[in-house]
Amino acid sequence: MNRKYAFLGLFSALAIILSYVESLFPVFIGVPGVKLGLANLAILFILEQYSWREALSVSGIRIIVTGFLFGNMFSILYSLAGALFSLTVMTFLKKKTEASLYAVSMAGGIAHNIGQILVAMAVVENLSLIYYIPVLLIFGMITGFLIGLLTHELLKRLPDA
Amino acid sequence: MKKNEIRIFAGIFLFALLLWIALTLCGRFRTISSVKITVGGTELGTYSLAEDQVISIGEGNICEIRDGEARMISADCPDQLCVKQPAVDENGGSIVCLPHQVVIEASSGSSQAPQVDAISS
Repeated sequence: MNRKYAFLGLFSALAIILSYVESLFPVFIGVPGVKLGLANLAILFILEQYSWREALSVSGIRIIVTGFLFGNMFSILYSLAGALFSLTVMTFLKKKTEASLYAVSMAGGIAHNIGQILVAMAVVENLSLIYYIPVLLIFGMITGFLIGLLTHELLKRLPDA
Repeated sequence: MKKNEIRIFAGIFLFALLLWIALTLCGRFRTISSVKITVGGTELGTYSLAEDQVISIGEGNICEIRDGEARMISADCPDQLCVKQPAVDENGGSIVCLPHQVVIEASSGSSQAPQVDAISS
């Protein structure tokens, strides 16, 4: 039990650091706003090791801390929307289907982007954001795949928590 | 990754690609002569791309139209995403600033004087 809380604390810290590292350099140059989502490495790992409850707490802590440190009210709002939507989809796939880690991660990446664009549409009250959806779908899959790959390697190498 | 999963994601990829092409083509067939600027859903005005001008939007954003291209040249938010977005030109496009809820989008309508001017004149 205590071991688990220590792990969750550790991974919250890791997720915050990964967010910071990512803010230092743009991963996809030329496409503004698209990020790899390195912090999801920690979230996906926790989701695989424990359940959605633990993943939700780590994700929530990360968003609030990084939001206050490097972002603003809006970035917290967008992050929360993306994270909640993505975690819901990933949990559903993990529980109800036989989806592989890669598929879970890719669906999570897509859901994250769609969740954010929906909130953005509501905020700016303008449908022209729909033009970004194809780009976001494709980049959600690419980043989701890469995060799935990293998490897979991590799970192989780390002993069970 | 399983075979049917690859199929599903390939399907999503194709769908996204087709949607992308369709949206781009839709933009091509319109003759874009101006940009419409909205703040939080209310229209600020429509500005002609043919006229070089600098438009300050609200408190933080400045949009510049030069050589038939509209771009955001300055924003007071930390991430500067709208400044990095590609310009809106005769092929369409849009620039979005989320913190200030500003959208600059391609428009085929003729330019109208902003509402403020209509009142003051």
